[in-house]
Order: sequence, then C-alpha cells, then structure tokens
Amino acid sequence: MAKITLRVNGEPHEIDTDPSTPLLFVLRNQLGLTGAKLGCGLEQCGACAVLVDGVSVLSCVRAVSEFEDNDIRTVEGLMENGQPSAVQKAFIDEGAAQCGYCTAGLVVATTALLSQDPNPDSTANDSALSDHLCRCGSHTRVLKAIKSLTVEGASGDR
Amino acid sequence: MTASLTKQPNVDQWLSIGADGRVTIRSGKVDIGQRISTAMAVIAAEELDVALDRIDFAPVETGVSPDEGVTSGSNSMQDSGQAVRLATATARRHLVEKAAAALEVDPSTLELADGLIRSRDTNRSVTYWDLQGDQPFDIAIDPEVSVKAPETYQLVGGQTTARGMTELATGKTEFVHDMTVPGMLHARVVRPPHYHARLKELDESVAQRLEQSGFRVVRDGSFLAVAGADEYAVIKAAERLAAAANWNMGKGLPTRDIYESLTANERVSLPVADGIPRKEPVPPLGDPPTDAALTLSARYEKPYHMHGSLGPSAAMAKSEGEKLHIWTHSQGVYVLRESLADGLGMDEEDLHIIHAPGAGCYGHNGADDVAVDAALVAKAIPGTPVLLKWSREDEHAWEPYGTCMAMELRASLDADGSVIAWSQESFGDTYMMRPRSSPDGDGPRRLLPLRYRAEGVDDPVPQPAMRYHVGIHRNLDPLYIFPEPRLVKNLVRGLPLRTSALRTLGGFANVFAIECFLEELAEAAGIDSVEFRIRHLDDERARDVVKAAAEALYAGDTPPNRGRGIALSQYTNSKAYAAVGVELEVGDDANIKLHRAVVAVDAGQVVDPDGLAMQCEGGFIQAASWTLHEAVTFDRDGVTSRDWDSYPILRFGNIPEIETILMDRPGNPFLGAGEAIAGPAGAAIASALHNATGLRLRRLPFTPDAIRAAAME
Ligand code: FES
Ligand code: FES
Repeated sequence: MAKITLRVNGEPHEIDTDPSTPLLFVLRNQLGLTGAKLGCGLEQCGACAVLVDGVSVLSCVRAVSEFEDNDIRTVEGLMENGQPSAVQKAFIDEGAAQCGYCTAGLVVATTALLSQDPNPDSTANDSALSDHLCRCGSHTRVLKAIKSLTVEGASGDR
Repeated sequence: MTASLTKQPNVDQWLSIGADGRVTIRSGKVDIGQRISTAMAVIAAEELDVALDRIDFAPVETGVSPDEGVTSGSNSMQDSGQAVRLATATARRHLVEKAAAALEVDPSTLELADGLIRSRDTNRSVTYWDLQGDQPFDIAIDPEVSVKAPETYQLVGGQTTARGMTELATGKTEFVHDMTVPGMLHARVVRPPHYHARLKELDESVAQRLEQSGFRVVRDGSFLAVAGADEYAVIKAAERLAAAANWNMGKGLPTRDIYESLTANERVSLPVADGIPRKEPVPPLGDPPTDAALTLSARYEKPYHMHGSLGPSAAMAKSEGEKLHIWTHSQGVYVLRESLADGLGMDEEDLHIIHAPGAGCYGHNGADDVAVDAALVAKAIPGTPVLLKWSREDEHAWEPYGTCMAMELRASLDADGSVIAWSQESFGDTYMMRPRSSPDGDGPRRLLPLRYRAEGVDDPVPQPAMRYHVGIHRNLDPLYIFPEPRLVKNLVRGLPLRTSALRTLGGFANVFAIECFLEELAEAAGIDSVEFRIRHLDDERARDVVKAAAEALYAGDTPPNRGRGIALSQYTNSKAYAAVGVELEVGDDANIKLHRAVVAVDAGQVVDPDGLAMQCEGGFIQAASWTLHEAVTFDRDGVTSRDWDSYPILRFGNIPEIETILMDRPGNPFLGAGEAIAGPAGAAIASALHNATGLRLRRLPFTPDAIRAAAME
C-alpha cells in the first residue's frame, strides 16, 4: 500500500492503494467514477478510456502510480456546469449508444480527437477510434455525432 | 390475446398512476439497448394522452413485474407493446368515465391534455393524479377497447430521443458492474481449462495463504471462486488460485473438423413443413424432376459465433437467511428463478431476482451463468453482498455460442427459369439452451456452474425444438413460392462446443444459404436476380422491400472495382421484411472494404422511427462482422478464442454508409425488427463479393485467407 496523489476532474485526491493497481480500478472503486468501464483489461476494447492531459488513454492496464503528475478527466468530468459537453450532447442527439457499455470510452476518444483536430476526415476518425470496439453497432451514430461537431457538419451539412 | 395478456389480464399489472403526476409502466421485457422502453413509453403516452416525460419504467423484478418469459426473438413489441397499448387504453377509458361522474357531465364533452380532463361545457376539470393517484384500478384489460386511430397519432412514429441517453453519454447509468453497496465483496471464478476438465487437486497452502490475507476461497467440487474487498486484488488472487489448481483433463474436446462432423455425426432428422418440424420419416431426396432444365446443388457453412458482449457478464448476490437476492442482466428473471430454485433446492419464493442494466447480450450469453456463480459465492458467505464479474477470457471461452451450421441445397428450374423443385437440409447443434425448466428437469443442467459442483448436474441433452421457426429451422422455410419444398432439420450430436440462443438463431445461416443459392440459380438461368426473386414472390410487402432496396442500391453506375449485391428475407416468415443491398470492394490485401449498405425494412406500424433505423444499422454491422471476421476457434485443450485478438470483430474503419428505408404501414401490427437484417446482410455481402471478383464463397467468414484460397481454385 502507498499514498498516491491524483488529480481527477479538476480535484486533487489522496488515495491509499497498491501502486501497481491499474488506474481504472482506482477511478471506479475508490473515487466512485464508474463511467469508464472494464471491458477487457487487455487494452483491446477502449471501454476504459479516460483523458490524460487531454489525450485519450486506456486505463485498464497501466498502474495508477504512472499518473501522479497528470491531469485526468473521466466521462463524468466532461460535463460543463452540470450540463453535457458539446460532444456528449452530440452523442445524445444522434442516439450514439445502444447498450452504452462502450459509450464513455467513445465520448472520451471523440473529445480528444476534436480538441486536436476540429475537422477530422474519415481517416482521422478511424485512427482515433481504432482502439474502440462496439458490439451493438452504434458506429454509424458515433460517426454522425462527430460529423455534427465539425465545422463542416455544424454549417448544416448533416 | 398475446400470452403476456392472458397471464397478466389486469391493468394494475401493467401500470400505475401516482399522485405526483408520474405514470409507471411495468413490463416484463428488459431494455437491452434495443430501445424497447422508448417505444413502450411512446405507446403509453400516446394512449393516455400524457407527455412522454411523465412515463417511468419499473425495474423488472420477480414477484412484481409481469412474467413475460424471455426478452428475445424480436417479440418484445408484439407481446409487451400490445399489452401496454391495451392496458393504457383501458385505463384512459376508465379515467374518462370517472371524470365524467366526478364533473357530472357527459363523457363526450371531455377533452384530455397531459393528464388534465376538462369539460368543454362547464370548463371544470380534474386530473388523472386527483382521480387515480396511487390507487389501484382494479379492472381487467379490455382486449376490445378502442385504441387511437393511426391518423390521430401525436407521438407514435415521431422523433424521440432514446430514454437514458443523457445518462449513458455522461457516465451516470448504473450497470450491474457499477453497483456499490456497503460491505460488499468482489469475486471471480476460476474455471477449468475446458468444459470436461475436473479439479484433481488444489494446492491447499495457496488457498490458506489467500484466506490468511483476507480473501475468501469458495470451493464446491470443481467450482472454484475467490472473493475479497478490493477488485484488482481479487483478480490477482484468482490468478494465484488458478495456478494452484491441477485439473484432470479427460479426453478433451473432439477435434474432428466441425464441418465434417456436422454431416457425419449421429443426428436427429426431422422434415419441416410450413415452418414446423414433423415427427415423420424424412422423405428421400430422389432424382430431379424429369422436366428440369437445370439442377444445381450447393453447400453453405458457418462456424461457431460468440455473442461477444463488450462487458463481461456480472451479477450481484446476497444471501439473507432463507432468502437469496440476485441483481442480474439476465433477459429472463422468471425463467432463471425457476431453474436456479430447482438447482439449489430452494423455494422459488425465496429467490428474488432483479434486473439491472448490463452490456448488450444478443441472446443467451453468460448473464444467467454468472448470476449462478454469484449465488454460489453469496451462499457461502451469508449476509455479505457479492459482486462477481467474469473476466474477458471467461466471457470469450465460457459463454454458450451460436452453433456452427451446414446447409445443403438442391433446386431444379424449368425451361422458363421457374423453380420446380427445392430441397434444403440444415445441420447444427441446439440454439435452445436458455435455462428454462422442462418437464424432465433440464433447467439446472442449463446453468453452467451447477455442473461443476460436488453434487454436480449432468450436461443437458438437447431435444429438437418443435415450434414454428425456432432453433435450426428458423427461416429454413423459403419465403418464395416453390412447389412443395423438401426441408429437413438435423440436430447433430457430439459437436465440440457449448451452444445456445444467439441473435436470429438459425435464421442468419438459413437465409444466408437460401439467398446465396438464389443468386447462383438466377445466374445459371441467365435471369437478373432481383427479377428472379420477384417472380417467385406472391407477397406484395416482400416485393416492395426488394424493389425499394434495389432502386436505392443500383442508382448510379457502380464505381470501378466495386461490386453490388442484394438479398431479402422476412424474419420467421411472419415478422419484419428486410431487403439489404451492399456495395463493396476487395483490396489488394484481399480485405473486404464495405462502402455502402441499403436497408429497406417493413416492420408494420413504426413507433420509434429513429430507434428502428438504429436497430437496422446495428443489425447490419453485427451481421457484417460475422460475415467478414468471426469464427470461434478451439483445440483439444479448450477454446482458443480468448480475447479480441483471437476473435476479431468489425471495427471503425470498415463501417459503410448505411441508408435505411423504412416502409411505414400505418395501422398494421408492430412487427419485431431487431433481427430481420442479419440474414440478408450476410447474403448481400456474398453476392456483392461475387459481383466484384467473380468468386463464390460458401463458407463464412470471408477473411483475406478465404478469399485468396477461393481465388486460387
Ligand atoms: S478495458 Fe481497457 S481496453 Fe478494454
Ligand atoms: S452500444 Fe453496446 S457495445 Fe457499444
């Protein structure tokens, strides 16, 4: 056991944990942030993605101790003044979730993608989402949500 | 009357009206991402004339919710939707009568708006909540009650946002996996290497050390689990326990080629007529008719598929005195209760099962089994809530798969290109292993963990399913007008892997085979395949979907190097009609790139068009994934598809533009649409692949290796 300091969703937290515990388990079980999901624990499915300094990172394998100096943001922390963020709103409007188990990871990946490239083409989408699986087939809606957020999409071409 | 209504004939079993202005709907169907609760809320709000956001759903729970069996087979809208419609219409009529009495006016002078009932004559009003708030209706549902006429619909068929979308997008939905209660333990199971292995010995010193560090080790025969306060520590403990277990491997899994086994193993063969198997001898195939101008035969094959839920199965359980509570994402809380009570020797009344959200499951996956795992651990640690999750590997290796199948077809055409003889035999293992109790006490045997206890139950022995269009013979009966088709279902024994219900059951494989074969026949006869289909259809609605899909698919010239193909089916020959068109390209690396899909669907009256379109898109994507990528692999020592690398699925990067054409049929009964797309999607890909490359692939999946091998022939 060791004391670990984490900055999550803008708040500092001091946590007592085995430092080799993957970040995901600490977020879910110690901080009660259950939005990110355990889908594989093998860095193969994307369900556990969170933002680390603005970049989408899989949190199911890498130890919590690696993240002490970073700014971590989970799907819960994307809300702005208690309201869904623009990306979350686009997912809601386009119905971009069926069971929703993959959704938090996809919202996070989309947020990271659009912050780096406000007008991604389909190749950029594919590479940003390449870590992410969805078994229900909500892919078309996720892509529509992304499109609606691009400059081109927002100008009415939906 | 639907079964749901016969079993639950009273309004109070389906809805209640609160003094707080809320309407609560109780349905026995669970929302598994197919937006059933959204569609049902729309129906209820429509019939009651209240705002959509007044509607709540009670969680599905044994002892409280209507018993509607299992959420499956696209039946939800037909059963539960109709029941909710009649229950809410009966309630509305009752409320109007009550209001008329209270206001001392004629019912015909009353107007309704969002629960407010006002008399046009006196301008006095009363609300549903005043009249009925928290009171039981105590009336039976009137199956003849008049319901809204389609032309007066305000909500049905309009645009609605799916319920719960905000919670999903903001991470607030509580899945079973997320449940947290004070004092709870996390738990994991340690499974044998394969189905038939049994625990020979466990290094007791390891178990002891785990106990000394605060873990609880639960062992009952070959059932092995570990529980503890910290989830990740429990995962590590389960790994240590697995390493300490020594298994008796027995004979292992049969390794004969599955496609050989399908037609060589012992089997039960039954002729099928009008969608129903008959207990009669199978008629011999015989020679083709003497007036046949052309006779073709072909054999199509599909491997085992997994449900591959994105979230490994999970359940919470708590044992309290005689009672056992279970929170589960099972699709059938009542059937689970029946079989588990039987298996554990408990009174059904003492078993309380509550549905909680899980990841999409697409049939009978690990949901019921993990509930049993949790129950066994909870019973060993009374008074403590236990949240047990399967690992990714548990899920991949232990869920019941959709069976491998072979379909052998032969058909003869006359000189005009009309089908004059048709034969199809389908071979496979069972699709019918949901934990339903049957008269021979089969229920507990269908719950995997119970087989590994010291007093273990035997493996179940499947019997051929005999109902209309179920199991292997779902959609075996062609939709087309063929004179006296010879249809045979073959339930094959001795196949290697555990199987049960997977989305569409045999429908995917049978429609894949029929529609691929039609393409081959049309080509041999030199007739356009759309024309060939239409000639053999006498059902207007089937023709309409094919025409709509063909028109959209074939608009404009086919871009260079691409191929197009189309296919049709009506799910179970009685539900939604779907025609699917596909445009694709085969790259230099022999990978298939999907460019475009067109899906034309007739699902009767459309309640939630966006939800229906989403179901179609999702159905296409899953079927495309089966067609391009999926096959469960195994060897003598067990299943070798144990993660997403060894069992790849379709990804972002190969998602086509999907155009959905909804043929609205106002006033026609709702038809389940969830599964209608899969069969035609697979066949349309095969046909487009042929169009692009000239290759006919008859065994799924169409991987680069399979395409290269076909090109070499
Ligand atoms: S849970 Fe982390 S990638 Fe699957
Ligand atoms: S919505 Fe179910 S896995 Fe993506």
